[in-house]
Amino acid sequence: MLHRRQILMASVAAAALLLAGATAQAEDCTITLGAAVSLTGKYSTNGKHTKNGYDLAIKVINDKGGVKVGGKTCKLAVKYYDDESTPARGAALAERLIQQDGVKFMLGPYSSGLTKAIAPITEKFKVPMVEANGASRSLFTKGYKYLFAVLSTSEQYLQSAIALAAENADKMGKKPNQMTVALAIENDPFSQDIRAGVMDDAKKYGMKIVIDDKLPKELNDMSTTLTKVKALKPDILIVSGHAKGAATAVRQIAEMRVDVPVVAMTHCDSAKIIKKFGDKAEYTLCASQWAPTLKYADDYFGSAADFAKLFEKTYGYAPPYQAAESAAAVLVYKAAFERAGALDPARVRDALAATDMMTFYGRVKFDETGKNVAKPMVLYQVLKGKYVVVAPSKWAEAKAVIPRPKWSERK
Amino acid sequence: MQNLQLLFQAPVFNVQLFLDGLFIGAIFALAAFGMALVWGVMNIINVAQGEFVMLGGFITLLVVQAGLSPLLGIPAAALALFVLGWLLYRLVIWRIVDGDMFISLLATFGISIMMQQLMNEIFGADVRTAESGLGVWYLFDGMVTVTQIKVAAFALSIVIGLLLWLFLKNARLGQAIRATAQNARAARILGVDTDRVYAATYAINAALCGAAGALVVMAWSIHPYMGLPYTLRSFMIVIIAGLGNLAGVIAAGLGLGVAEQFAGFLLGAEFQLAFVFLLLVAVLVGRQISLARKRQYLK
Repeated sequence: MLHRRQILMASVAAAALLLAGATAQAEDCTITLGAAVSLTGKYSTNGKHTKNGYDLAIKVINDKGGVKVGGKTCKLAVKYYDDESTPARGAALAERLIQQDGVKFMLGPYSSGLTKAIAPITEKFKVPMVEANGASRSLFTKGYKYLFAVLSTSEQYLQSAIALAAENADKMGKKPNQMTVALAIENDPFSQDIRAGVMDDAKKYGMKIVIDDKLPKELNDMSTTLTKVKALKPDILIVSGHAKGAATAVRQIAEMRVDVPVVAMTHCDSAKIIKKFGDKAEYTLCASQWAPTLKYADDYFGSAADFAKLFEKTYGYAPPYQAAESAAAVLVYKAAFERAGALDPARVRDALAATDMMTFYGRVKFDETGKNVAKPMVLYQVLKGKYVVVAPSKWAEAKAVIPRPKWSERK
Repeated sequence: MQNLQLLFQAPVFNVQLFLDGLFIGAIFALAAFGMALVWGVMNIINVAQGEFVMLGGFITLLVVQAGLSPLLGIPAAALALFVLGWLLYRLVIWRIVDGDMFISLLATFGISIMMQQLMNEIFGADVRTAESGLGVWYLFDGMVTVTQIKVAAFALSIVIGLLLWLFLKNARLGQAIRATAQNARAARILGVDTDRVYAATYAINAALCGAAGALVVMAWSIHPYMGLPYTLRSFMIVIIAGLGNLAGVIAAGLGLGVAEQFAGFLLGAEFQLAFVFLLLVAVLVGRQISLARKRQYLK
């Protein structure tokens, strides 16, 4: 008796399992992307922007019907780990995502350093990674086949600033090759790439580098460098040292009344220089990957401005470019899945390599090294307390004010 | 070399570097007072020194957010850090006072990591500044700029150094602190509550750092990971000045500040901190040699 009851129960259980399995197959198709993002540690602010960008894009794509892969409709999801802003941890987590969690597609972390640590892992397991926050050019000289970056690489960050200064050389009564440049750039791989780009361009115009200071990573005082700037009176001052570099520079340039005709920086918006320093930030030129005022558009977010509006509604703050490029990375993945028609990493990789699409973030087209070569960097200038795009001329909203008025002439 | 010529051609920049060095050196000295005290009295090297400075800055930011003048942040930060120092003593430090130096390094290192991550969690990793509302003086035709908050920071740390000296010399608790530093066991036998003395010492140290942090956020900037350079500089200053020598701490602090500014100007910003370490090595080696000579003499 007992024996037969056991068999009966077992078969019922088996049937239930089968049924559950069948329904799961029919409805539940989820593509899980893996990401190790800095939620704690020194990159946590930008790590959160990155995560918010990914999350918003996933929500929008899922709300609009998900991803159609080979006749099935799939939802997108992301499995996150916190890499604590340390490269070693990021690499370990990437391995865990791929080997233990079975993730077949990776999104990038925040920062070049973390991307550098993770790329060898994804390469080893032949898992594609679309990243949006690793701009260091050394990422694209190693022959990686599975790494794709939607953003402009670091050496392009401030090249437009040098070009802009050269265009305006006559306003300072000089020729471009008579101009002098002061560099105050942080001593990390990413910032040094920016420096390399600036050096190349300065050389092209025949400009002379008169100061070449490497800022320390614990920087909170650059008065020695600025004293040198005051002494040598260069025509262009370039500052790049993440958010702390921009904040320190804007504040101390104003305090010490350093008069330089062209001052260009990176990371102005993550340093919130307008909100924090008001008038002191005026006329500063800032490099940016993206701006909400650009005339880019796609079917998911609409225009760049629409993205900004939606982002602000969802998260309560205006999107920095780090969030925008992260969202764009998810859009690129979505399109590649659909073109590949299968969830096979090798086929998706090939589809990614063939990407050529317009997004609210700009055009995305990868060269053979995996970097996006279709989108230019833009240059803002702070004018009347607003960021205004001044270069490249195709997207400019206004003409740049060069030279900056002297401090003694400002009210 | 070219930078050196510059200093001779335009001597006015020497003034700027010298003044900036004095101002930042005064802040270093302020943090170093506390380290000298804790080291001398409790035989603990407090690795969380720089984190106390950072906390003082964040408390000042809270004062600003409450709509008050950031200058009020100086007493507020000192008070809040005093309480925190006392609590930390009751929670952690009392267990390690008589222990191995290595244990105390580990424990205070742990406290420093905790504070970094906690502040990162609460305030985020952004760089923060507070506007003191004080102005800037322009000397020599605007070639030399002096922000008034830096002058205030300088004056304040000299005053605090003097007060600390008077307190240690005359106040009952100050005398108890000195007695404990000389011989804790004897002090205990003579009725000094050394546990309370330790608590007070650690709390005073935190309060001094808190005040320094309030000045740092107004004159420069803070973020959760700024602590280490301040800890290292305090350490360096105390090593140069020796324990229990407050005048020496001020002198060493100011000297280090000025030396750093000139090193940064001449060698480039990347060597500013490297120069500090080089100096540290030189001082340690120098000490070793002079001590060895003394020992030989005694033989």
